[in-house]
Amino acid sequence: MKKPTVYDEIKAAGYSRRDFMKFCGTMAAMLGLEASGVAQIARALETKSRIPVLWMHFQECTCCSESFIRSSHPIVADILLDKISLDYSETLMAAAGHQAEKSLRDTMEKYAGQYLLMVEGSIPLGNEGYCCIGGRSAEDILKEVAEGAKAIVAWGNCASAGCVQAADPNPTGATPIHKIIHGKPIISVQGCPPIAEVMAGVVVHLLTFERIPQLDALGRPKAFYSRRVHDTCYRRPNYDAGLFVQSFDDENAKRGYCLYKMGCRGPVTYNSCGVIKWNNGVSFPIQSGHPCIGCSEANFWDNGPFYKHLQSFPGFGIETTADDIGLGLGIATGVGIAAHAISTNIRKRRHINLGADNTNTENK
Amino acid sequence: MERTISKQRLKEVYVWELPVRFYHWINALCIVVLAITGYIIGRPPAFQSATEASYGYWFGTVRFIHFVTAFVFFFNFVMRIYWGFVGNKYARWYNFIPLKKWQWKEIICVIKVDILQIKDRPVLGVGHNSLASLTYFFTFLAFVLQCFTGFGIYAAMSESWLPNLFSWIVPLLGGDFMARQIHHILMWFFILFGIVHVYLVFYHDYIERTGVTSSMIGGWKFVEGDDADMDGNERIRSCNQK
Ligand code: HEM
Ligand code: SF4
Ligand code: SF4
Repeated sequence: MKKPTVYDEIKAAGYSRRDFMKFCGTMAAMLGLEASGVAQIARALETKSRIPVLWMHFQECTCCSESFIRSSHPIVADILLDKISLDYSETLMAAAGHQAEKSLRDTMEKYAGQYLLMVEGSIPLGNEGYCCIGGRSAEDILKEVAEGAKAIVAWGNCASAGCVQAADPNPTGATPIHKIIHGKPIISVQGCPPIAEVMAGVVVHLLTFERIPQLDALGRPKAFYSRRVHDTCYRRPNYDAGLFVQSFDDENAKRGYCLYKMGCRGPVTYNSCGVIKWNNGVSFPIQSGHPCIGCSEANFWDNGPFYKHLQSFPGFGIETTADDIGLGLGIATGVGIAAHAISTNIRKRRHINLGADNTNTENK
Repeated sequence: MERTISKQRLKEVYVWELPVRFYHWINALCIVVLAITGYIIGRPPAFQSATEASYGYWFGTVRFIHFVTAFVFFFNFVMRIYWGFVGNKYARWYNFIPLKKWQWKEIICVIKVDILQIKDRPVLGVGHNSLASLTYFFTFLAFVLQCFTGFGIYAAMSESWLPNLFSWIVPLLGGDFMARQIHHILMWFFILFGIVHVYLVFYHDYIERTGVTSSMIGGWKFVEGDDADMDGNERIRSCNQK
């Protein structure tokens, strides 16, 4: 029997041709494709059948899954995830126990070298006891499943950089996927969580073009992570004009000035929040008056405090920044110089009193 | 006050060639401008409110000045590295890296004479003394780091090839945040260096009277005849005499 195409499954789920084309159009726009990209996506979905997907959950909070199923376009969650793709996902599959394990094995054997591996969560290398599924450690499972994967998608900050579990002192030894699996293409879909449309865009790209999207140096798809939040932020004119919020309840906050001095990480964070926004494009943190905390960057939990521009200096108090320490060192230098100048003058006076310049000519 | 020193024995030596002097003052100016604009970028004063963004662009201008100065600073530094291979013996690169034993001995000697002031005989090299040279070597490293981190974060807002040569530094540091953090911390190195540097120039002129302050303007220094001809090892010996 011929395997049904993605479009067949979409039709079977009751969507109209119009819904389908709208979906293709949305995805092409998200991916930044030209107009012909819509047709390309439609063609691909009409002719290709689903790619088998294994979605593994390790040390995570499931916010990536939550984000994905709340995607603005119903086809994303309904078809790509629910009906089409998932052969295994601890959170969403109906099967449980031995049945689930069997479906995992079946896919790994039947589609060896073809399936996509999607990983949510980090791996505890410090003590494997922190994350075991079916009596096996996360590391074991990951290595085995990655073996036959065509490509790996690392969902969110946990799988891409360790996120909150890896924050200092990292008790579980939480480790991102790219530090454990080598020699497989890994796509880091960063964020805590990533934006639903970004996640869908990556899946559609993989399905349509059957190759890895262009990635930046940290493995993030360029289509969504090549610009800083700061570069697409609607408050940017206030930044350039030097108009800053000083505290959360001041007049400037009400006027919608830039949140830079409230610790905004927009200038150092690569994500699409300013363009795609969140929850069906309703808003994004900065639009709601809160500075960006840099959730799509490695170590963002340790780059604190969130509401300060400068990090607290390691080894000093939480509120001590490099500027405080620099100022302290400057004062110490001044005191040292004063002491040195006094001692120099005493020495010089002695030489002058001796009537001879033994600093320069004696002891030859 | 009577002096036992006789004018005849003083010799004028042309130490700092024109490119070195130009480099020095362009560099000094750039660092002052970069530190001031950099500090403002890191900690902008919020002196305006009750206005609309369309009326102003001062913060953008401060950043623009920082970037333009950064390019001048960078090319000036590149020129100095080149001059370290073709300039006179006081400008050459090997002065700045203590690879020889006598240079380390001179460093100890300078610490005893000039910093701790427990010895009296000044160290009379014509160019930089070895401790000063080593310090300049560290500042060169700081220049490199500052250019790397600076152009690294600049690459995100530029299409041109020069900043993008440095874009690899950012992932190496784990992201833009860390690069900016290091960039900011290094500013303090330059401020502290500046304070100590200016003080020590005054100090040396005050004690040794070789005209070191004006030497960076005219290029000439006054040295006693035989001092000028001494090599490193002889200088150490004379330092250890007392
Ligand atoms: C002596 C040399 C320099 C000093 C003292 C200096 C100082 C600073 C400081 C303190 C900041 C603020 C950082 C923060 O708190 O976020 C800054 C920002 C910056 N600097 Fe420099 N800097 C120097 C050289 C350079 C160079 C050579 C470049 C190369 C292009 C550069 C590019 C930048 C950029 C791109 C920013 C970020 C500005 C923004 O995103 O608005 N800097 N600098
Ligand atoms: S609010 Fe943040 S992202 Fe927006 S302009 Fe200000 S600093 Fe940049
Ligand atoms: S604005 Fe910043 S912290 Fe908020 S979701 Fe976007 S990248 Fe994450």
